[in-house]
Amino acid sequence: MNKAHTSDHLPKSSLVPPRPMDLSEKPLLQVRSVSKYYGRRVGCEDISFDLWPGEVLAIVGESGSGKTTLLDCISTRMTPTSGMVNYRMRDGTMREVFRLGEAEKRFLMRTDWGFVHQNPADGLRMTVSAGANVGERLMAIGKRHYGDIRETAADWLEQVEIARDRIDDQPRAFSGGMRQRLQIARNLVTGPRLVFMDEPTGGLDVSVQARLLDLLRGLVAELGLAAIVVTHDLAVARLLSHRMVVMKEGRVIETGLTDRVLDDPQAPYTQLLISSILQV
Amino acid sequence: MTSATLHDIEAQQGAIADYNFAYLDEQTKRMIRRAILKGIAIPGYQVPFASREMPMPYGWGTGGVQVTASIIGPDDTLKVIDQGADDTTNAVSIRAFFARMAKVRTTTHTAEATVIQTRHRIPEEPLHEGQVIVFQVPIPEPLRFLEPRETETRKMHAVEDYGLMHVKLYEDIAQKGHIATNYAYPVKVKGRYIMDPSPTPKFDNPKMHRSEALQLYGAGREMRIYAIPPYTDVVSLDFEDYPFEIQHFEEPCALCGGTDVFLDEVILDDQGGRMFVCSDSDYCEDRRAHGHRGSLSPDILDGASADGDKEGTEA
Ligand SMILES: Nc1ncnc2c1ncn2[C@@H]1O[C@H](COP(=O)(O)OP(=O)(O)OP(=O)(O)O)[C@@H](O)[C@H]1O
Ligand SMILES: [Mg+2]
Ligand SMILES: [Zn+2]
Repeated sequence: MNKAHTSDHLPKSSLVPPRPMDLSEKPLLQVRSVSKYYGRRVGCEDISFDLWPGEVLAIVGESGSGKTTLLDCISTRMTPTSGMVNYRMRDGTMREVFRLGEAEKRFLMRTDWGFVHQNPADGLRMTVSAGANVGERLMAIGKRHYGDIRETAADWLEQVEIARDRIDDQPRAFSGGMRQRLQIARNLVTGPRLVFMDEPTGGLDVSVQARLLDLLRGLVAELGLAAIVVTHDLAVARLLSHRMVVMKEGRVIETGLTDRVLDDPQAPYTQLLISSILQV
Repeated sequence: MTSATLHDIEAQQGAIADYNFAYLDEQTKRMIRRAILKGIAIPGYQVPFASREMPMPYGWGTGGVQVTASIIGPDDTLKVIDQGADDTTNAVSIRAFFARMAKVRTTTHTAEATVIQTRHRIPEEPLHEGQVIVFQVPIPEPLRFLEPRETETRKMHAVEDYGLMHVKLYEDIAQKGHIATNYAYPVKVKGRYIMDPSPTPKFDNPKMHRSEALQLYGAGREMRIYAIPPYTDVVSLDFEDYPFEIQHFEEPCALCGGTDVFLDEVILDDQGGRMFVCSDSDYCEDRRAHGHRGSLSPDILDGASADGDKEGTEA
């Protein structure tokens, strides 16, 4: 994909509203020295950072730099070789996510967390209707009123710009962009506080990408969601994130506020990355 | 069991004395009993067991036959039904098999039986304490149709992650306006495990709830046994605004006038003539023996009045 082209139509400075600051706040997520090795190969190595409520963090870096590995380790889709991830539960307690029981972990993942896959087929049930795809999480947490579930699903379809009357269609009948928006609705319906996204606009063409990014930006701000977004597209990072982590060969080489990193990169590698991508 | 295999066994008359009581060797029976006991201890949980080859093809109830063979004793009286009837090939063969291999008494009367092996029905006459009903199960996993991965469905049971089950019911309502699942209607056992009741009609689901009898389920091909001990809560899944309902029949049984029973449609001719009769043949016969009549009973056709006429036609 031609990154220079992608960024052409995007603004040069961040449109992300500032994260509402509250000094009494505590981090939502703490990542401490997380490493993952595939045999002798480094997936990611010694990664630490905090994520605050309502904050959007972009993880950027070239292909193979360890972005997906890190995201999967934090979201418990994968077990890191070493390190710790702590999450502040709704009751305010900080819990080590790899110490949660399987049932607790699943409950967390279908209520408080969301995961948006690059390929919608990985995050959707392709053979059940859009309504059931959105409604599944509600049913999983015990909602048992069909009419209410359906109404909530229809509202969410509308929020992600899918016509209500497509509620009984299967995602197979949807375009790539619609599938991705359906996946987002399916994740947001339980009001999660943290959403993980791996290249959410990756498989889409440029105009569809722009629309999806607009939608995501709106939803994230409106709902005060915290998110970790993996992308190798700096324009996506610019549009969505407050803060950025730049990865190379499994390690973090630069981190900072998105505008600062993009406008004044410190690490030579980041400078190279940005100049090669954001050239005018 | 096909009649061919019966003949094969017949042909080995001399060897029959060498068969162990109820066909299976004692070690296998112990293994199956352990699985049954575990199933009883964890109601609705699918217990893996090492299913044995039986002298009949899968699909003919090899799971049920192994369970029956493991629990039956010389003092038992066995009833075998297929779709409610005692006289179908499958039921006749299995009954003959145990009559020969375990020398047990057999019966068609529900009340007389101590062990009832069944495919697709629960008898109309309420089961009582001390009876055991053994179901033949083709597919034990209720989540299979939406999640084909066994590793995943086992995990879903383990952590009670059952949202998927309602997705199926949701889809039914979205597509057809009501829950269209009529057979193998999923239930929750003792507030914990979701279970497939085998392909019985949902009409029979309420009979599972707090049944006095022990309910055992055997899936031969899939090598699973599960159980519901007596007096256990069994709840059919539904939505608040689409509550569980059993099938309703417009008219009573044409032979015995019975209402509130599960009816089979019988085609009478190729002019569209048909009648509805009890699927439970023993129940129907028993009613007729007690003088009940339906609209197509011979003497009714001669002018007497049928039970159903008096009772109205609403089931
Ligand atoms: N399952 C695996 N087995 C072995 N090595 C792996 C596996 N998954 C990833 N790796 C290796 O780990 C490193 C990081 O891969 P990862 O997929 O995390 O990168 P990425 O930044 O997400 O790349 P991309 O932008 O292409 O998605 C790479 O060297 C990759 O080859
Ligand atoms: Mg990746
Ligand atoms: Zn009858």
